Amino acid sequence: MEEMLFYDRMQFAFTITFHYLFPQLTMGLSLIIVYFKWKYLRTKNEQYNHATHFWMRIFALNFAMGVVTGIPMEFQFGTNWAKFSELTGGIIGQTLAMEGMFSFFLESSFLGIFLFGEKLLGHKWHFVTGLLICIGSWASGYLIIATHSWMQNPVGYEILENGRFVLTNFKALFLNPWLWPSYLHNQAASMVTSSFVVSGIGAFYVLSKKNLDYGKLFLKTGVVFGLISCVIVAVPTGDLLAKNVVKYQPVTFAAMEGIFHTEKKGSEIVLIGQPDVKDKKLDNKIAVPNILSFLTYGSWHEEIKGLDQFDESVHPTNISGLYYAYHIMVGLGTIFIGLMAFAVFQLCRKKLFETKWILWSLLFMLPFPYIANTAGWYTAELGRQPWLVYNLLRTAEGGSPTVSSGNTLFTLLGFIGLYLLLGMLFLLLVGKIINKGPHTEKI
Amino acid sequence: MEFFWYVVLMGILAVYIVLDGYDFGAGIIHLFFAKTEKDKKAITNAIGPFWDANEVWIIAAGGVLFFAFPILYASSFSGFYLPLIMILWLLIFRAIGLEMRGQIHHPMWEVVWDKAFGIASLLLALFFGIALGNIVRGVNLGMVVNGVSTQEAHFFFLPLWNPTFSPQANELGIIDWFTLFLGIVSVVALTIHGANWIIFKTNSSLNEKLKNVVFKLNIVLLILVFISLQIWHFIEPKPFHNFIETPILWVFPLITFIGIIGLFKVRTYKKDGSGFVFSTLFLVGGFASTAVSIFPNVLPSTNNVNPSLTIYNAAAHEYGLSVGMSWFFIALALVIVYFVIQYKVFSGKMDDIGYGEH
Repeated sequence: MEEMLFYDRMQFAFTITFHYLFPQLTMGLSLIIVYFKWKYLRTKNEQYNHATHFWMRIFALNFAMGVVTGIPMEFQFGTNWAKFSELTGGIIGQTLAMEGMFSFFLESSFLGIFLFGEKLLGHKWHFVTGLLICIGSWASGYLIIATHSWMQNPVGYEILENGRFVLTNFKALFLNPWLWPSYLHNQAASMVTSSFVVSGIGAFYVLSKKNLDYGKLFLKTGVVFGLISCVIVAVPTGDLLAKNVVKYQPVTFAAMEGIFHTEKKGSEIVLIGQPDVKDKKLDNKIAVPNILSFLTYGSWHEEIKGLDQFDESVHPTNISGLYYAYHIMVGLGTIFIGLMAFAVFQLCRKKLFETKWILWSLLFMLPFPYIANTAGWYTAELGRQPWLVYNLLRTAEGGSPTVSSGNTLFTLLGFIGLYLLLGMLFLLLVGKIINKGPHTEKI
Repeated sequence: MEFFWYVVLMGILAVYIVLDGYDFGAGIIHLFFAKTEKDKKAITNAIGPFWDANEVWIIAAGGVLFFAFPILYASSFSGFYLPLIMILWLLIFRAIGLEMRGQIHHPMWEVVWDKAFGIASLLLALFFGIALGNIVRGVNLGMVVNGVSTQEAHFFFLPLWNPTFSPQANELGIIDWFTLFLGIVSVVALTIHGANWIIFKTNSSLNEKLKNVVFKLNIVLLILVFISLQIWHFIEPKPFHNFIETPILWVFPLITFIGIIGLFKVRTYKKDGSGFVFSTLFLVGGFASTAVSIFPNVLPSTNNVNPSLTIYNAAAHEYGLSVGMSWFFIALALVIVYFVIQYKVFSGKMDDIGYGEH
């Protein structure tokens, strides 16, 4: 049983990590594409329309990858987590079914039209189609985060004698206090990814002196979108989310921040350090006193509960993993703000395109928002462990009772093989599109 | 309430079979009949703007199944673990086959992705028939051995096959002669369906040939349907009891019958779309008749210890089901609008290259 659970968890972690590389780009990118098309409608400058086409191709490829790697996510609830599905399906099935009905149909119907129908539709309707795709992908994110929020902070439910969860309040699913901060945080983070991709490719064009006009346009657009979204990720959304964790999952917060022992006179914020879970301490610590209390409660000396205040049976199962995921996310987020702020500063001084080190940094930073987003997702998921439904249903109780570990291992290996192939093909094709550039773009 | 969601679920599945069914059929036609580059292009372009949205219907079906019948979802998805994951892989493979092919122009590259698309389509058509066979035949719910359940009443697990290959063995497998037979029926029916779609949407040089293919396959299909009526007795002693109790239900077999008869006329009909209408009737009628014959079961139990899963004992709680209706109708109305727009934008026959996007 334990072995099977391990493979189940590995499989879910692997498939969702790979899957989420794609929607985090498409959600943000759809907005940028709509922006380009809108600029084209306003200015009738062909450059904006070509930019739309260029990013549309990258979007389509990412979207296709997102769809094919997304279907396994829905299947796995039933195949690998049957007990969990049986017990909670009446509730989380609700939001997942809504996602299918409300957003997938919208996106997939109009993507075909958006890609193939510009001449048939005219530019105005082409813009509207793009906007609908954008709405669809944001709605999809909303319903997934609603599902996720229910697992983090269950609301509007009742538990029957046979252990089954039944929905008693539909509205509560969408008024979940966990939902809006997570959703906005997540969407802003996905904007960060797409801004870095747009500006990174822009930097690539400028540095390699190819497609210079487009390079400059992408850089300009990318860094402005980038600075705005980087700031929103931190304040207010990240801040609100952290306060939610303190309120609803204090033990998770203690582990995230690496607080092993409660400090009566206010908590320090840990910038760097390696948790030593066995001896309950942080090695090589660099910390600033009292800041954490201030950030959390607005008061320098407020007490924040450490891990020692909680029974070990409810401690997150992977404290060091959680701590690192959180610190990597926050650390990278801070660097992003700095870099984008510098870039926008240089843009305002009209020196961005000549400042080589910023261009190189933007290019090299391209993979890091993906890492930060993944780390953020891990923070949320590892933070909830050992629970599937926080405080109510343990992960160990959610697996499929009849599937043997050999089967899960086999399918895990299959997914790894298939996704490696997919990943290589994806990089090859994206490379081709980028190399070709927006000029030669034909629809 | 359960009945409403059952009808919704079956409706979504029927739409999925009709829509993605022609994609699979087109893939099979592509595999066996498309010899020239022009034919291949005609086939893939005929499904190009649609297949992605068609596939969403299975996601929607999965979603509705998950929330309306969570026990059935949990039971069947974990019970049919391996085949379902393999269907997933095939769906992924087919999709990348379609996406990748046009990206690089090199003969080897194109051959690989053409075959990936064609073979995955063929296997998917086969697997969906086999899946239907499994649901009709039922499974050993609760994994009863010698009259004792080794699992909770509604959980089970099936290997891909067992040595006896029989649907009446003690230890069932996913593939036995009965389910394989339904798999073959499905392949034949979907090939006809796909061919009709291509005839409907293109002016391809293949069309005349495909009309002959449909005619021949139709004879095969008719024979297969008659055989299936005979062997149904092996699976269920009284296969027609629902129809006899509620005679109005004969309408579904009647639709199937009209569909299959109409298909014989494909060569002589003036309008190319008629064939597609008839194969749609056949598929919907056949699927509905099958569902009706096992109703209210959705997964029959092959042992006497545990009850079959029915739409009543597998459903979610009342409140959730009723509140679901409020958003479902809005969503359905929107979906219909999308599809009308989509099929309108790409309406009519395409020319050599596509739907006028050049």
